[in-house]
Amino acid sequence: MLREPISDLSKCVEPDRVRREVYTDPQIFELEMQRIHERVWIYCGHESQIPKTGDYYTLQIGRQPLLMVRGSDGSISVLYNRCPHRGNMMCGDRHGNTGEFFRCSYHAWTFRHDGKLRSIPMMESGYAGTRFGKDNPDCSMKKAARVENYRGFVFASLSPQGPSLLEFLGESKVAFDDMCDRAPEGEVEVVPNCFRVIQHSNWKIFLENQLDALHPSVVHQSTGRAAHDVEKQLASKTKKNRGEKGQVPLSYHMLSAFATVTIDKWDSFQTLNYPGGHCVLAGYMGLRPQDPDTRAYDKIMIKKYGQKRFEEIVGVNIHHVLIYPGLSVQSPLQQLRAVRPLGVDRTLTEIWHFRLKGAPEAIYRRSLAYYNLVNSPATLINADDLENFWKCHQGLSSDGGDWVSFGRHFGRDLEKDGHIETGPNMGTSEAPMRGQMKAWAQYMGNGR
Amino acid sequence: MKSQHAVEQFLYKQADLLDGKRWQDWIDLFAPDGIYWMPPDASYKTWDGQPAIFAEDKNLMTVRMNRVLHPDAWSQRPLWGTNHVVSNVVIEKESKAGDVVARSRFHMMELRRDDVRHFAGSYQHHLKKAKGGYQIKLQRVDMTNAQAAYDYVLQVWV
Repeated sequence: MLREPISDLSKCVEPDRVRREVYTDPQIFELEMQRIHERVWIYCGHESQIPKTGDYYTLQIGRQPLLMVRGSDGSISVLYNRCPHRGNMMCGDRHGNTGEFFRCSYHAWTFRHDGKLRSIPMMESGYAGTRFGKDNPDCSMKKAARVENYRGFVFASLSPQGPSLLEFLGESKVAFDDMCDRAPEGEVEVVPNCFRVIQHSNWKIFLENQLDALHPSVVHQSTGRAAHDVEKQLASKTKKNRGEKGQVPLSYHMLSAFATVTIDKWDSFQTLNYPGGHCVLAGYMGLRPQDPDTRAYDKIMIKKYGQKRFEEIVGVNIHHVLIYPGLSVQSPLQQLRAVRPLGVDRTLTEIWHFRLKGAPEAIYRRSLAYYNLVNSPATLINADDLENFWKCHQGLSSDGGDWVSFGRHFGRDLEKDGHIETGPNMGTSEAPMRGQMKAWAQYMGNGR
Repeated sequence: MKSQHAVEQFLYKQADLLDGKRWQDWIDLFAPDGIYWMPPDASYKTWDGQPAIFAEDKNLMTVRMNRVLHPDAWSQRPLWGTNHVVSNVVIEKESKAGDVVARSRFHMMELRRDDVRHFAGSYQHHLKKAKGGYQIKLQRVDMTNAQAAYDYVLQVWV
């Protein structure tokens, strides 16, 4: 028997629970792509990915293949990766340099870096007297409706209407401020490598996990414990050798914190939940150690910014910022994961690491260790997350139940200045998931 | 010819330990300062200070081993196994002391739950002559699909 389609999306979301079809129905997925991803501001990439004229990087927004390209005047355009002649994909490589202009591999139409038609072979003899030619915008590569750049991070919206990027980001722009402010030169540059890992689950399952403060001590116990044991051994060994408090690489602490921070302690970390589904999880790793590397960095920062501003900058205590619906930023470790839904049960994550311009090499290496150990395709942490995401998606595909529950600490959220804070000792509240689904329902119900 | 045979036997033994899930014995093949390295791109020249899929010393190998053996390593619970074939062994360099740089090709089939996957690529082993055989100073692993999207997580060494 065919299942009846969900006719009324507004019935899918209640304040404390969500219908399972929201994660598994391919038709709902198609609507999500149209009404959310292909309308809101989506992260394209960082401007340092394409430093030279003609450099391009391909990307996907919702169902749309696009590319981000650097023009000869230094400007960045975001274009549909498509020739307007017969629809041929323009750039077949994931990234590269297009030279002085784009040239289609099918009939050699050429285009400027801003997408405008440059030439067609035998244009005069072939097209004189037709509606096709340089004056017809349909003969140029189509541009993303809107492109904005905040502190080097490039976003595009495929809808001509809607809030500006800064209005859309609201308080979540702290992700980029926190990252860039930590650089003595006030900006970051990309480390030229992108780890790409596919999750066999719906894109929302990943987003909901990002601020799920209950899961780490359950899911990441194995790695946390294993790292803690080696950390202890190394500490006692260094102590014996040097007769001082051992300097074990911070990467062990980053891993062991997953086990040593107990469930009740997770409850003491706060989440901040903003309109539009964006949310912030406060930091828990205590990344302000007093080792020589940190002290050297602090000295440079104080010289640059002065004591007061320096304290403000390093006092920002963030673990994750989630920018709904497509970006998870770990600003104090200078890395981010862009979420590209490939299908209802397949999600690509593109994972980048950034260098703080003007900071000592040791500071780069510290966050690099996290990038390699946690975010590479051989991840010691996300492996168990992805296993759970897959299992979640499998369970939600079944008739074993209709609802997903987000009821933890429901009714105890504190509303303050237009955002929702989790109450004291309610860090594991499912308020972030409730906030994300509220935004989802608003976007999906708003079928403009 | 003698070292060609010895190196081949060493590589076969290493592959056998992986397929047999004898993790500690596998780690013991490395020198105390030995490194297992899988770069994200064939153009990389060094493991140090760069993005890496793996860049592990023996301490990190121990973390990975103990994690895999922990009963709550959820992703390790389902049935899984591997089968390595190592071939095309070429000795690139050999010192008077008998230290060797060897290149080889591998093909690995992995079973995870009901899914079979294939991995292929090349190894470069920097081997130090040791009592009764070799110790690994550096093992470089270049996956043919290093730059492609990973449709899975690499749980242990390849």
